[in-house]
Amino acid sequence: MELFFQQLINGLSLGALYALVAVGYTVVYGIVQLINFAHGEIFMIGAFGAYATWVLMGSPSDWTATTSLLVLLPMMIIGGMVASVATALATERFAYRPLRGAPRLAPLISAIGVSVFLQELVRLFFGKIPGMPDAKSSVPFPDIAGISGATITLGGVIIQMPAIFTLAALAVSTVFLWYFVNRTKTGRAMVATSQDPDTARLMGINVDRVIMAAFAVGAALAAIAGVAHGLMNGNIGFRMGFLAGLKAFTAAVLGGIGNINGAVVGGLVLGLAEAMASNYLGTTAWKDVWAFVLLILVLVFRPQGLLGAKVVDRA
Amino acid sequence: MLEIKQIVVAYGRVNAVKGIDFAVEQGQIVSLLGTNGAGKSTTLRTISGLLKPVSGEIWFEGERIDGLPAHKIVERGIAQSPEGRRLFRQMSVEDNLKLGAYSRKDTSGIKADMDRVYDLFPVLGERRSEAAGLFSGGEQQMLAIGRAMMSRPKLLMLDEPSMGLSPIMTQTIMKTIQDLQADGVTILLVEQNAQAALSLADRGYVLEVGQIMFSDTGKALLGDDRVRKAYLGAD
Ligand SMILES: Nc1ncnc2c1ncn2[C@@H]1O[C@H](COP(=O)(O)OP(=O)(O)O)[C@@H](O)[C@H]1O
Ligand SMILES: [Mg+2]
Repeated sequence: MELFFQQLINGLSLGALYALVAVGYTVVYGIVQLINFAHGEIFMIGAFGAYATWVLMGSPSDWTATTSLLVLLPMMIIGGMVASVATALATERFAYRPLRGAPRLAPLISAIGVSVFLQELVRLFFGKIPGMPDAKSSVPFPDIAGISGATITLGGVIIQMPAIFTLAALAVSTVFLWYFVNRTKTGRAMVATSQDPDTARLMGINVDRVIMAAFAVGAALAAIAGVAHGLMNGNIGFRMGFLAGLKAFTAAVLGGIGNINGAVVGGLVLGLAEAMASNYLGTTAWKDVWAFVLLILVLVFRPQGLLGAKVVDRA
Repeated sequence: MLEIKQIVVAYGRVNAVKGIDFAVEQGQIVSLLGTNGAGKSTTLRTISGLLKPVSGEIWFEGERIDGLPAHKIVERGIAQSPEGRRLFRQMSVEDNLKLGAYSRKDTSGIKADMDRVYDLFPVLGERRSEAAGLFSGGEQQMLAIGRAMMSRPKLLMLDEPSMGLSPIMTQTIMKTIQDLQADGVTILLVEQNAQAALSLADRGYVLEVGQIMFSDTGKALLGDDRVRKAYLGAD
């Protein structure tokens, strides 16, 4: 039973990470019908942005848990977000916007190009920035006092603090997203644009701005996920976006692509499925297999996803 | 107020509008008539900036507006209620109206205009938090017109507001259009229902396969034999 709870926590925290990345796939798809295959790299760049912020703050290693949690970690998250959002907006502006109206394959190929470009950019040039370590192989992520290596015990189950951080980050992000989509003018414009772009234009909505907002929101959450990944795994690397991106994309499809709640649910379900399957059905080496088996099953039997894809409404 | 000069609009290689001219004067109701496929919606979509003309010019209040993005055209004072209403069906009446006011920042003015829409169409006021898709065709048309009014346009363009409505409902909508004109709104009305549209119109233009065939005052067109034969079902 304890093992079950352990796997439950592992699955949920892994799922929370997928969910944070999956939101970015889904909001962008909902508005421009583009699978942004470079989104995994936006997540990776968030982790490197947070790392660079830590270096810029003087690579602090002796801060107390309180100052680490109240100052260091928030600064690193903000730094990661700045890096991710700037990269995502530049990608949108220069790699996708010129291809709007082109056949759908064109932006998809462009996205794959951007993905390779960003990986290589970090691999070859991160170490060239003064003060930054070489990123040709993985880089150890800084220890954050109070989180890294820390655990709490709940009814006999040991829970890693990085897992708690990831779950809390997802909870806060979900509340923020709900508020943004349902209560702000830009959020309403986003929903309108995803339902009917031409009519949204007739309302006076600047669709370019809405598209930028979608990329920015997705990138900000991906940056949080990048930090979470660093904390949970202890290191980051230029390749980390590939598998995480693929998993998060699976989560978005699982929940119903275009559906924000679906991305959150899909992420959690995928994380749980992976943790449980690798525990009860085979070794951990198989966990990626189970994730993609789940994707194939959903695509065959419920292509609209668990919560249903975005309902495009043109009546 | 609005002047269309020789615009040509194409979908791919096919010209849907083949060099038309017309004008709308301040305070008028101008009707654009024609059978299905004549190019009426294409014309309105071009004025709104959803389509770019291949050639020709569009002038509004002394300035050239073709080539501007659609949201800039709304800011200049041109609103459109598109064909088929195109409401945001899962959103509430109130959210639809708020989206109509997207280009404005005067919160109190928006509130006042929303109340005006509710006065004009009490059904909408009573059920303001219900999803737009739950309303009848006529009520949805009222909402579509109300939504377009929320930007406080100087020129309101309506694309087939009577489509799919009962004769009684059509009359109600036409009466509303007249009331809006009395309030000082200039109206460009696209219709297939020539009888209804011409009875209100100060001026009418008849479009056939992308070209203007006749134009005259509404009254004159109602009495014109060619128009009566082709569009009013007279023989
Ligand atoms: N999106 C489109 N793509 C290609 N052709 C179109 C499109 N929309 C309209 N058309 C064509 O353009 C012509 C004019 O259509 P439209 O402006 O909708 O006419 P109306 O509103 O007068 O019925 C028609 O021949 C129609 O088939
Ligand atoms: Mg039409």
